[in-house]
Amino acid sequence: MFVEAIASILDHHCTPAAVRAIESGDSVQPLAAALAQAGFLELLSPEELGGGGAGWRDFFDVVLLCGASAVPLPLAQSMAARLLVADPQSLPMGYITFASSLARGTDGSLQALHVPCARTASHLIGALEDDLLLLPVSGSHLLPSSVPGSLAASLCWPAGTEHVLRAGAHAADLTPLAALIHAGLLAGAMKRCFDLTMGYANERVQFGKPIGKFQAIQHQLSVMAEHVAAGRMAAQAAFGTDDRLPALPACAVAKARTSEAAQLVATIAHAVHGAMGVTEEYDLQLFTRRLHEWRVTHGSEAHWHRALGRLLLDSPQPLAVDFVRTVWESGHVAPRKLALQRTRISVRG
Amino acid sequence: MADLLENLRLASLPTEAEAFRREVKDFLARDLPESPADVRSRSWLAFDHEFSRKLAQRGWVGVTLPKQYGGGDLDAFSRFVLVEELLAVGAPVGAHWIADRQSGPLILKFGSEVQKQAYLPRICRGDIFFCIGMSEPNSGSDLASVGTRAVRTDKGWRLNGRKTWTTNGHKCDYTIALVRTSGAPADRQAGLSQFIVDLKLPGVTVRPIVDLTGDAHFSEMFFDDVELAQDALIGNEGDGWKQVNAELAFERSGPERLYSSIVLLDCWLQWLRASGRGEQHLETVGRFAAHLATLRQMSIALTAKLAAGESPVVEAALVKDLGTEFEQSVPALIEAAIGADPTQPPDAELMRTLAYVSHMAPTFSLRGGTREILRGMIARGLGLR
Repeated sequence: MFVEAIASILDHHCTPAAVRAIESGDSVQPLAAALAQAGFLELLSPEELGGGGAGWRDFFDVVLLCGASAVPLPLAQSMAARLLVADPQSLPMGYITFASSLARGTDGSLQALHVPCARTASHLIGALEDDLLLLPVSGSHLLPSSVPGSLAASLCWPAGTEHVLRAGAHAADLTPLAALIHAGLLAGAMKRCFDLTMGYANERVQFGKPIGKFQAIQHQLSVMAEHVAAGRMAAQAAFGTDDRLPALPACAVAKARTSEAAQLVATIAHAVHGAMGVTEEYDLQLFTRRLHEWRVTHGSEAHWHRALGRLLLDSPQPLAVDFVRTVWESGHVAPRKLALQRTRISVRG
Repeated sequence: MADLLENLRLASLPTEAEAFRREVKDFLARDLPESPADVRSRSWLAFDHEFSRKLAQRGWVGVTLPKQYGGGDLDAFSRFVLVEELLAVGAPVGAHWIADRQSGPLILKFGSEVQKQAYLPRICRGDIFFCIGMSEPNSGSDLASVGTRAVRTDKGWRLNGRKTWTTNGHKCDYTIALVRTSGAPADRQAGLSQFIVDLKLPGVTVRPIVDLTGDAHFSEMFFDDVELAQDALIGNEGDGWKQVNAELAFERSGPERLYSSIVLLDCWLQWLRASGRGEQHLETVGRFAAHLATLRQMSIALTAKLAAGESPVVEAALVKDLGTEFEQSVPALIEAAIGADPTQPPDAELMRTLAYVSHMAPTFSLRGGTREILRGMIARGLGLR
């Protein structure tokens, strides 16, 4: 039911026109405020802390929706951030994105490259060694992505800006979680591309009939459907857990499979649409641009295939089938050292 | 059907099915005949009467058939587990495979009580084996154009014609043949019927066809004035098309559409581990894992539909097309990986296994409906035709 409620807010504030405007620099505030005021950022927080207490299966539907609507905010990340910290109420107001590439320079400054949705986020969480750091976007030097329409940016902070979170998860959990969210976003956006492409194939008439009546087009759409279905299944299976966080192998399969599908889905969508598909005015571009960006974000299939390959070769399971069966099993090791992790706040000023 | 993509819902195997897996693994550890990987790669093409009998003694032939006919009375999930475990190790299951997967369920669904009593208990005991009777020299993908014909006689039916590409027909006891009983090939789906044909009857000639690997798993069957009894007809006269499509749904929805190259994959992984070459091929290894893990979930989603009594024909076509693409990618990518270092060729067993699977891989997307037929079915499911 909260999915419908979120969908209703998106229908008002996240239309394709609104997404275009935000990408062009308009304020994201109306959308951001509507979602935050309805309390949706606390969807995954425990009920006893005033949160929505939603589980991973419910969250999957929300992430799909975010992908299918090209939500120009790190909404899903902001929700999931509550699972990374011991005390969700300690997180700042606003939208939080995740960075996979946080690094410290020799002068103590911090840098994060190609952070998704950094232009509309207020904070980001990144992993540095064993710590999860919270960093304000406002205190950074922000270099927007030079890709037209992209909300990604690279950020740089002077030494001492960071806040070490009292973590509810290992620092190493951040990237798999961020990747899994993008797998869900990809699954949602791929379905939207598929729907647009089906609609176009049924409407566009050439040689006296809708192009969807031609076998060559039908087979392309069938292949597209297969890969949309495979990506969705991989993501859904990883979200299908009762654990606090999905296990690494499940995240790896989900992001690898959706990323691989994304390339193919974008290609077929554009092939069927012809020149109309690459125009600014037609909505397909809002989604295929994201497919390409999200495929790379937090690791493409090349990255996650390597991770999975290592897990499989190191696995004590004698058969490949036995290994893949364990991929979806709840195997997440609860953080052991959490109680020992100290709160080290060093927010400047 | 625009919701085709919503239809494949995440499902998981029930705990009883997982408990059953242990039983199957124990059986295989004890009773699987020792053989090299290239032999095991033949799996459901390999005819091993004795092994099928052993499975039958455990109640694992005719697994989904009711107890009253000698069946295992297991649900679709348990069949999934059994089939998965058998294929994962390349067990020689070809003898009873077709009867277990489609002929038995077809007889149960469309046969008379007399037919059920006559065939099902013997199938479940591993006493009789069935083969498919669909393709003909001039009817492949266009199955409705079959020309084999049965005409009514005083005592039953007289059968004339020819079937081909029948796996292990020369080793089986019966075929279920799709034939024309009225009208002409131009009448297409109308006028077709299915018959259970005893392959030892006078007028039946079955000849093996040697394939490019040197095996003779295929066969062709000739029917020359074969006199069939009245009750050789299965189901209703004229319902052959409907029935054969139900049979194809059984054929397409099982996990064997993912695992045709699995013995090769494990053989290669073993070599990578033993030779310390894994690091060079991590991406390929991981790609196999990602695809297999996803396809397996899709196959379980199909199984859940079967268990719920649905006939997920279009969904099965979708999973089969993706599954065979994966099966074909395994030998293709392993060939490239092995050839990446010509100074260090692997052992003969891996090379033989690779060659066998590479050579047979084209059939993966032919049998049970070609890629083009399946994509047409998906397009129909999407409402495009």
